[in-house]
Amino acid sequence: MVAETPRDRQNLLGDCVHCGFCLPTCPTYVLWGEEMDSPRGRIHLMAQREEGAPLAPMVQHFDQCLGCMACVTACPSGVQYDRLIETTRAEVEDEHPRPLRERVLREAVFRLFPYRRRLRAVRGPLRLYQRSGLPALVRRSGVLERISPTLAAMERLAPPLGPAPRLPERVAARGGRRATVGMLTGCVQGEFFPGVNAATARVLALEGCDVVIPRDQGCCGALSLHSGRAEEAAAFARATIETFESVDVVVVNAAGCGSSMKEYADVLADDPAWARRAAAVAAKTRDFAEFVDELGPRAERHPVPATVAYHDACHLSHAQRIRSQPRRLLAGIPELTVREIADPDVCCGSAGTYNLFQPEAAAQLGDRKAGTVRATGAELLVAANPGCSLQIATALRRQGTDIAVAHTAQVLDASLRGLGRAALL
Amino acid sequence: MSTSLDRLAARCAALLGPDAVIGDPVRLRTYECDGLTTHRAAPGLVVLPESADQVAAVVRACAAEGVPYVARGSGTGLSGGALPRTDGVLIVTSRMRRILEIDIPNQRAVVEPGVINLDVSKAVRPHGYYFAPDPSSQQICSVGGNVAENSGGAHCLKYGFTAHHVTACEVVTPDGEIVKLGEGPGYDLLGVFVGAEGTLGITTKITVRLTRVPETVRTLLAAFDSIESGGTAVSAIIGAGVVPAAIEMMDALAIEAAEAAVGCGYPAGAGAVLIVELDGPDGEVAHQFDQVERLCRDAGAFEVRVAADDAERALIWTGRKSAFAAVGRISPAYLVQDGVIPRTALPGVLARIDALSAASGVRVANVFHAGDGNLHPLVLFDDAEEGAAERAEEVSGAILDLCVEHGGSITGEHGVGVDKARYMPRMFTAEDLDTMQMVRCGFDPTGLCNPGKVFPTPRLCGEVPGVRKGPHPLVAEGKAELF
Ligand SMILES: Cc1cc2nc3c(=O)[nH]c(=O)nc-3n(C[C@H](O)[C@H](O)[C@H](O)COP(=O)(O)OP(=O)(O)OC[C@H]3O[C@@H](n4cnc5c(N)ncnc54)[C@H](O)[C@@H]3O)c2cc1C
Ligand code: SF4
Ligand code: SF4
Repeated sequence: MVAETPRDRQNLLGDCVHCGFCLPTCPTYVLWGEEMDSPRGRIHLMAQREEGAPLAPMVQHFDQCLGCMACVTACPSGVQYDRLIETTRAEVEDEHPRPLRERVLREAVFRLFPYRRRLRAVRGPLRLYQRSGLPALVRRSGVLERISPTLAAMERLAPPLGPAPRLPERVAARGGRRATVGMLTGCVQGEFFPGVNAATARVLALEGCDVVIPRDQGCCGALSLHSGRAEEAAAFARATIETFESVDVVVVNAAGCGSSMKEYADVLADDPAWARRAAAVAAKTRDFAEFVDELGPRAERHPVPATVAYHDACHLSHAQRIRSQPRRLLAGIPELTVREIADPDVCCGSAGTYNLFQPEAAAQLGDRKAGTVRATGAELLVAANPGCSLQIATALRRQGTDIAVAHTAQVLDASLRGLGRAALL
Repeated sequence: MSTSLDRLAARCAALLGPDAVIGDPVRLRTYECDGLTTHRAAPGLVVLPESADQVAAVVRACAAEGVPYVARGSGTGLSGGALPRTDGVLIVTSRMRRILEIDIPNQRAVVEPGVINLDVSKAVRPHGYYFAPDPSSQQICSVGGNVAENSGGAHCLKYGFTAHHVTACEVVTPDGEIVKLGEGPGYDLLGVFVGAEGTLGITTKITVRLTRVPETVRTLLAAFDSIESGGTAVSAIIGAGVVPAAIEMMDALAIEAAEAAVGCGYPAGAGAVLIVELDGPDGEVAHQFDQVERLCRDAGAFEVRVAADDAERALIWTGRKSAFAAVGRISPAYLVQDGVIPRTALPGVLARIDALSAASGVRVANVFHAGDGNLHPLVLFDDAEEGAAERAEEVSGAILDLCVEHGGSITGEHGVGVDKARYMPRMFTAEDLDTMQMVRCGFDPTGLCNPGKVFPTPRLCGEVPGVRKGPHPLVAEGKAELF
């Protein structure tokens, strides 16, 4: 993490002119209407902290921040809230003793999610569990809610699992080769949404890319980075850098992973042996939609007659400022109608580990988003982050609506391969 | 022994629920200022009511304890109107944000005070209507705040201020009664209430007028070498009988800030830009638009850009609307000034501001609603530098003197609040101020409702104003009675 001198921090905090422009896009302000749970209020708390105010009453408000970065997009004064909150979270982890129960859960989550082998280990039992009819029973009983809202959220959010196909280490370009790209498969994406990775690889190959999918890749460190676990994040970053140093471009289809890889330069800025390498990998990291849009269409687009709603994942729209590219890709598919979701800037509540640690707020935000998605009348929800799709589909299910979900790559895949709507709905 | 604030905290928690009461010092401090950060005071207590009844109950509880209270909407005010009292309660409306009724046939909507200005327009837009007052802060400021400040915006030149778009207010009076202003014959109490800066009561429901979205809107951006030639264009346009929806001007420093913040792409090297927007029926707009374009060129515009579509228009406006906050990019700190001058005095006053700036070494960026002579000089300083804030304050005050000297006003739309209370005597005589305070006493005899704002020296109701010797001339002549 970048070493911040107290003066730097003062300056970063001083950039906030207290105008409030960030408030209406902050999900927690939208929910509760309280200053302490708004970006302006959180920045104020950070400033108080600099003056020596106690951390304890603030922790809750920092924890409740989703890290969605809508405030960064909204801020006319250029406040770098992303940097501010990352440092603050690290400080909270260092200085704030958490109650035992919370500690155990946090450890469990951080020991499970970033590790594919461990995730894979829970897939089997989870799949059996899902097919057994037990889920309805467990949910009705509320037993998990009583033990822990976090565990209950994990249960609700687990996607229905199909078999996870293994991807080859290399997929050859169709037609003339236009580029050689590395592909990050992501922990959650890889284990729970294997279809997305397969579609990503196919689209890239059909558009003329040799796709390299290193088998030994690990977690990119996104979860740790966005939760204040700086050391852990740095370790994950180093390993990921080694894996991908040799390719020209790293294509990432999970928004959260892409945004953290683009931050590698900051993550390892203080490590002289790694700073340059980190900056190099960060500079060649591209989101899937960003890259395919940049490349330009070559393969033929076949019609997909369907109505879709496109959801802006925060880590794509706010953290990476990628909004037009996926829309352009979708608009390029014949017979596909794209609907806009109202209040697109407001987070769905998924936000990395947020729906695990702040299940109530996450559920409220999920419900809001589900309402606006439903209002579009779309039959398919397209999003570029596995967490968002899970979150919104779960919320819609709670409201009694089932909606199909797909990643932008899957919609494009269906079009390039001429599979029509049947492949998606 | 428990203090009156402790008792109030318990009472409010019982009335509104514990979630709606904030008493912890760290949390309280996040409410210590509004958009004017140079004045700070942590409130004694914050409450977040969700209904008019709850507001009334809190006000009654305050009255019973003799504790002062202040209303707050979104806290974007620029005159410290929502500055809390350390010994009082801050009543925040951010949870009263329901749009209660949309009545398209009668062109009105009823909203709670915490509803965000822009949300009103968003809600009625599908019907072809919008809420006309458009302060630059419209994405977050509350309608209740707009009513209290009688806020305006770029389009006030043609459409007027908030006062012209509010037809009724439900108000919790300082004795805790819920009354409705603005209906029926009699004195125009609504007219008194709008713009009273929260000193006469708290509005809990607002009926706003909706305006039809014009058939056509056309916007141009004209770049000039200097503020003077921009000013000439403004006079020429108004002189030609055109009433644009908006004429906004920014000087070089303001352009630099906006460019750094939002990359609005204004013409390079401009000493001033003018944004002119015309709206109305197609034919009329087309005709006048050509006229405006020509007048700009005649006045010396070296580039005129016409927005081709909504996206381009939005880009032109983003630069202007983000200008205040954007100044944060070119200066560690700044003061936003708000003054009014007759439009014709524009070039003269601007030259004087320039001279002030040169003499003091304090940089001043200028943004203004040029059509109605409302200036927003942004006085820049570095808060880390000793004495800089005081110098900036001095320049800022001198600018207000210029406004008064030219027959203008010390505020156009941001209000008096705490910030300008001390400038009131520069515009008004002691008698004027006393008369205003008597109106205030009519609403708030105990002086608990947002005290310390607007007036330089508070008076108790019934107190005989002390500045005058002998009876008021009108009283002496038997033409008026003192009560
Ligand atoms: C970047 C920026 C740009 C701005 N641009 C403009 C502009 O173009 N034009 C303009 O006019 N203003 C502008 N403002 C000033 C400000 O946004 C307006 O004054 C706005 O109306 C304040 O609304 P608020 O909800 O933030 O009110 P607050 O700041 O919370 O309160 C303002 C005043 O209203 C009172 N009040 C609030 N709610 C109620 C209620 N329910 N009943 C009674 N009194 C109440 C408060 O006591 C206080 O005196 C700008 C501010 C900023 C930060
Ligand atoms: S990151 Fe998101 S949740 Fe956190 S303060 Fe910013 S807008 Fe609010
Ligand atoms: S928009 Fe930026 S400057 Fe304004 S309050 Fe939010 S963080 Fe501060």
